[in-house]
Amino acid sequence: MPSWPENRVHIGSHAKRIDAPAKVTGAAKYSSDVQPDGWLYGMILRSKWAKAKITKINLDKASKVPGIKAAILDREGERTVRYYGEELAAVAGTSKQACLDALRSIDVEAKELPFVVHEDDAKDESSARVWDDHPNLSKPRVREQGEVDKAFSECATVVEGFFTTPVQLHHPLETHGNTISWTDEGLTAWSSTQGIGSVQDGLANNLKLQQNRVRVISEFMGGGFGAKFGPGVEGSLAARLSQAAKAPVKLMLTRFDEALAVGNRPSSFQKIKLGATSDGKLHAFELESYGTAGIGSGGSSEGGGGGAEFPAPYIYKVPNIRVKQAGVTINAGSARAFRAPGHPTASFGMESIMDELAAKMSIDPVELRIKNDPSEVRQKEYRLGAERFGWKEKYKKAGSSAGPIKTGVGCAGATWGGGGKGTKAEASINPDGSIEIRCGTQDLGTGSKTVIALIAADILGLKPEQILVRVGDTRYPPSGGSGGSTTTASVAPAIYDLCTKALDELQKQSGMENARGENWAAACKKLGVNPLTVSGQWQEGLSSSGAGGVQFAEVDVDTETGFVKVKKITCVQDGGLIVSKLTCESQVNGGILMGIGYALYEERVMDKTSGVVLNPNFETYKLVGLSDIPEIDIVLLDMPERGVIGIGEPVTIPTAAAVANAVANALGVRVGGLPITPARVLEVLGKTKTTSEDSKEKV
Amino acid sequence: MRDSKRKDSFSISRRSFLKSFSTSAAVAATAQVEAVAQELEKANREKIVGPGSVPIALNVNGKPLKLEVEPRVTLLEALRNHSNLTGSKEVCDRGTCGACTVLFDDKPVYSCSVLAIEAQGKAITTIEGLAQNGKLSPVQQAFIDQDALMCGYCTPGFVMSVTALLKQNPHPTADQVRHACCGNLCRCGTYPRVMQAALKAAGVSTTSKTEVISYAKLA
Repeated sequence: MPSWPENRVHIGSHAKRIDAPAKVTGAAKYSSDVQPDGWLYGMILRSKWAKAKITKINLDKASKVPGIKAAILDREGERTVRYYGEELAAVAGTSKQACLDALRSIDVEAKELPFVVHEDDAKDESSARVWDDHPNLSKPRVREQGEVDKAFSECATVVEGFFTTPVQLHHPLETHGNTISWTDEGLTAWSSTQGIGSVQDGLANNLKLQQNRVRVISEFMGGGFGAKFGPGVEGSLAARLSQAAKAPVKLMLTRFDEALAVGNRPSSFQKIKLGATSDGKLHAFELESYGTAGIGSGGSSEGGGGGAEFPAPYIYKVPNIRVKQAGVTINAGSARAFRAPGHPTASFGMESIMDELAAKMSIDPVELRIKNDPSEVRQKEYRLGAERFGWKEKYKKAGSSAGPIKTGVGCAGATWGGGGKGTKAEASINPDGSIEIRCGTQDLGTGSKTVIALIAADILGLKPEQILVRVGDTRYPPSGGSGGSTTTASVAPAIYDLCTKALDELQKQSGMENARGENWAAACKKLGVNPLTVSGQWQEGLSSSGAGGVQFAEVDVDTETGFVKVKKITCVQDGGLIVSKLTCESQVNGGILMGIGYALYEERVMDKTSGVVLNPNFETYKLVGLSDIPEIDIVLLDMPERGVIGIGEPVTIPTAAAVANAVANALGVRVGGLPITPARVLEVLGKTKTTSEDSKEKV
Repeated sequence: MRDSKRKDSFSISRRSFLKSFSTSAAVAATAQVEAVAQELEKANREKIVGPGSVPIALNVNGKPLKLEVEPRVTLLEALRNHSNLTGSKEVCDRGTCGACTVLFDDKPVYSCSVLAIEAQGKAITTIEGLAQNGKLSPVQQAFIDQDALMCGYCTPGFVMSVTALLKQNPHPTADQVRHACCGNLCRCGTYPRVMQAALKAAGVSTTSKTEVISYAKLA
């Protein structure tokens, strides 16, 4: 079985990101930046109704707007739209202004239908149905193990709680979209995507094209977080506009569009009961939950993934469990996979009730976790993290700090897969010593290109900057979508295999015993005129799966304003062999900060009376900013014997739970609903009156 | 020639409009309301441009950029859609994220919130104009060294904001960096590294506390 070299120079080093120069100079061309000759601007007309029967859409006036080259319908004939923002029509023209004018001049005849956008309303059988043929509330999926009722009666301590999480929006800074050129020769799509292969497949299917006529390119892409796998309705519309206008069309969604139709993390409403025996061992667990994934997984905004279920009792093993989980359909855009789907949601509920149990049993929360966490790795991580964080000194009785600004600490753990396989790659080694590696993966900003360069450099004895890495083109050997933290675990072994074979082959052809490093140029010179081309593929034994991780949070809560400030996060994360230390650290930072956003700021707000998303922009949908960042202390546990494992997702999972537990520790009373806004803090402190409407959401 | 004349007439138009309005308002106190309305209308008529395309002349990265755009076209659109300067990014298109930040002289400006026609007469610097003769600016180099970027879509904006800060204040404190970058958003979470890069570019040494510990050696 192959194994990683013992002596690693570049692998695991602080080597710089190889495409950073292109990104700091503006030279990097994203799909939204490419400008094929004669390109047109494209835009989409969306439903302004949460539900309506569309009887007629008249594009005549739009087609005649000066500069407009194509105007098309998303679908012919009568149709029912089921959320605000569903795609109706699209136009392409010589400027954005022409498109804006054209969209305004499209006449839509519609008959409004009743709709529902809040989960609690939608559950009610008397509410409007999103789909006529089935109720909004799904039949719950039930999982039962052991004798739950009997087990609860055997417990020394039982706690109950109700926890809610919001619908969170992905909001990658580069919006969804494509620049597409469709001619008789075939179709080329510069796509902002996490999966060039799935976009190729989707476009070919949707447009009835042979796959060998569809090429998808994604050299640089501005973030996805799980929402960018298929071509989307916007991709197919861009292609059809290009065909109709006989010109390339760039159709990138607007920031507003981004909040409506291209995915989100489902909400959750979790009623949890947890019991332990007198020795602090978890004995019985019961969860009843519902949440919304919008109009349903998949559906008209594609993307799939993202049901409202989540793992429970998450990372813990409890002998007696009863889990009932249901989904609630509402008139809103579908959920899609979102960085560790289900896990931050699961972690928040479970780790919150764990802290309630610890408080009631007067056990230190870290001790309770070490006692009950089945993972030996995480147990060690808790001990190490607690030591670095200063848990023993910082953990005080809940609500005991003096003064109006209360300090608190909390912790939480996570698990994730992070394995991957199947990548293929090829290399051209030229007589002049230059080398190009081609791999049909994509770099979302996670550092995939850099990982390839570092591995190749170590095996060939070269410097990373000598390796020209090309990714993001369906003409390269296939790799697979970048999701589930699988990319590095899938790509790294293929590059190992490729470069090992390339070195062997070069040595054979050049007749040199060792072609590495300083002998490289001389060996290449002996190739003659033609380059040496080599293929490689993923091999067993160089990567695995199963990443854990724990985080500790320290917060200040101002009991007069309700404002929460995260002061410090300590993160202990395991992830096998670390290939690129620098980009790995960046991923950890990013996961933690996204987790803080989930904990404190992010929430899609729907208007009950209009069905509209009320906060589709960054003034009202708040992202973490530079001023919000805490001190972040990261410990990466190096486990080279396990091979490569992805860590992009596990690092975002426990943050919100750890922050919420820290807030509860600070206040002595728990805010059970995310995001922990000042309003919610003041509410649990009894400093504001709750209106009857708010009380539904109240936790 | 024609361009510069147009530029002058437009650049004074808002100020003179306001001036004429305040003068008129004074007159209104004593004279007929009708007369004021006429004066306003006349003042406005003289400065109307558009709605069709008009020629404009910009000065971007020290070079002239002549375009024909409608007056409602923003500077960001002019750069990205009407020329090939795509380094400035469109993310929110409403002045909240900073990805489109450019410099007017040394001052950071959201190019999505300025009309191209208003940007005439300004010395505009975009991300493409920072490197001189292929040599990266200290801020750009610091962003690379500290890995102050991931997907890179917010990066041009942050680089421009930090550049503007250091031009104004070569030795900023961490708080001043926070203030200078409070109008820039990042979704990947590069902020800690942006902070390090800004301080590094200002000559303050920063170290990452991240530690790699061998699991095998853990008790």
